[in-house]
Amino acid sequence: MLRAADSGGPVTEIPDKVMSAPPDTVARPAPRLRAATFAPAGAEPSQTTGTRESESVRLSMDSLSAFFGDLQAVRDASVQFVDGKVTAIIGPSGCGKSTLLRCLNRMHETVPTARVEGTVTLDGEDIYARGVNAIEVRRQIGMVFQRPTPFPTMSIRDNVAAGFRVMGSAAPPRKQVDGIVEETLRRTALWDEVSSRLKESATSLSGGQQQRLCIARALATNPKVLLLDEPTASLDPLSTQKVEELVYELRGSVTVVIVTHNMQQAARVSDSTAFMLNGELVEVAPTRTLFTTPRDTRTESYITGRFG
Amino acid sequence: MSVRPSGVQRAAADRTARSLGRRRAKNMVMLGVMYLAAALATLPLLLILGHLLYEGASSLSVDFFVKMPQPVGEAGGGLANAIVGTLVLIGIASAIGLPIGVGAGLFLAERKGTRYATLVRFLSDVLNGLPSIVMGIFAWQFLVRPLGHFSAAAGGVALGAMMIPLVTRTTEEMIRLVPTSLREAALALAYPNWRTSLTIMLRSALPGIVTGALVAVARIAGETAPLLFTAFGNQFWSTSLDEPISALPLQIFTYAISPYDEWHKLAWAGALVLISLVLIISLAARYATRSRFGRSGD
Repeated sequence: MLRAADSGGPVTEIPDKVMSAPPDTVARPAPRLRAATFAPAGAEPSQTTGTRESESVRLSMDSLSAFFGDLQAVRDASVQFVDGKVTAIIGPSGCGKSTLLRCLNRMHETVPTARVEGTVTLDGEDIYARGVNAIEVRRQIGMVFQRPTPFPTMSIRDNVAAGFRVMGSAAPPRKQVDGIVEETLRRTALWDEVSSRLKESATSLSGGQQQRLCIARALATNPKVLLLDEPTASLDPLSTQKVEELVYELRGSVTVVIVTHNMQQAARVSDSTAFMLNGELVEVAPTRTLFTTPRDTRTESYITGRFG
Repeated sequence: MSVRPSGVQRAAADRTARSLGRRRAKNMVMLGVMYLAAALATLPLLLILGHLLYEGASSLSVDFFVKMPQPVGEAGGGLANAIVGTLVLIGIASAIGLPIGVGAGLFLAERKGTRYATLVRFLSDVLNGLPSIVMGIFAWQFLVRPLGHFSAAAGGVALGAMMIPLVTRTTEEMIRLVPTSLREAALALAYPNWRTSLTIMLRSALPGIVTGALVAVARIAGETAPLLFTAFGNQFWSTSLDEPISALPLQIFTYAISPYDEWHKLAWAGALVLISLVLIISLAARYATRSRFGRSGD
């Protein structure tokens, strides 16, 4: 045992290393969760031009615990995700990384017997508050999974546009959809590879292309946050590189949270890194700091390869 | 190490060679058995088709499809009313069996762990095992007796009740084959549960469900027992749901047990048409639901 329990308790002092402003002083206008309207990518220039001093917290998790029945998968985790930044979550298998991620867009509750305690706030609004619809939350917090999941009955184009089908009146006008699809595919560096075969089945693409298509599908509806659950775990090195480059490109335009097994990947793509162990969020710090001068001995043991 | 293999090594090599030969022989035998089994599985169908062609093809003519049955002794005549009657009955049965069956199957797949689903699944299996004549009694009890007369509707209900469990179980099986990761992907894309069930899960399973539905249609198209005291049969042209209606299986039955050679021939031809009808429905529906990406993705 690596002293997993003896230092005990939540790491309450860590968030101030990641953020410069506490969430309640954030002055940006918080769009209401139930009144989301569609805006094309880049329509909010202010969110990309923020300097280091004006960093704002987009998504915040406060003393959150997640359960599957009696099993507690995440213990009292608090972490803040800065707008436009990439945050990586690392840790050994089964430490609760994915569960923590799935609590951020209320996917955790889709599993029977699963429940959540604590709060997650998006732009100051509690996504677990009574009356907040999980569907609305997921509209603003997109997610991509470990294995590519293109919808097999839809064409490449329709996959990218799939999110619009359930947006009702908030969906972009039909005439604009093709333009948004192209823009999104360019953004995910897929356009040159698929522009001549948009009407073909999405399952005809390679695994790496499928995964980038899934990222494009999640981005097309212009979410504020993108959650990536080990997005390269089933990909070859070249495809992995492309996805990593894409994640790197996305900083500034969308807040990214990426769960990864791969510490090098976390070091390459992220601004901040969180280390989890046995359901506990051990340490959150700027990526460089966490990998060079970790404060917790367990973090140090893990990143130096002594376990996991 | 010496270059020449030692005695022990040679013996081992011999053993390997012998065992390889044995394995090859075993492989050939097993392969042969499997080919035989595959051939035997299709043999009944081929025998039946061949025999029907041999006995019935000569009686097939345009008249058979457009003329009404003739009294004994008069040449010619056809089974136009029985063909249309069978189509009407299939239509009623499908209108009942498909929506209920697909809906129930979707429910069983999406709520598979619940006690209600377990109960429904069990009852569905019981219903599936029910003798078809009992379905006829059911329709007779609840439609024929209260209304006081046989009718196409009663026959269609009996056949539809037979279809429900067949369609339910195939729908459930096919939807459960769709990976749950697709459901998660849809939910994460802000699809509501019902949209996920309908446009992702059900849609992805559709080719399999259609195949299952066709098997169900094929099953009920040839049923005779449930129709004996519901649709009853009719020597005359009728498409009214409120009146007795003719059906190919009933007509085949009537003709086959008659003492007249000409009617026997018509029975053979009727059987051939019945099988062809099932075949055509299958092919047409498969064509209609083929993957629009030109790949055999089901």
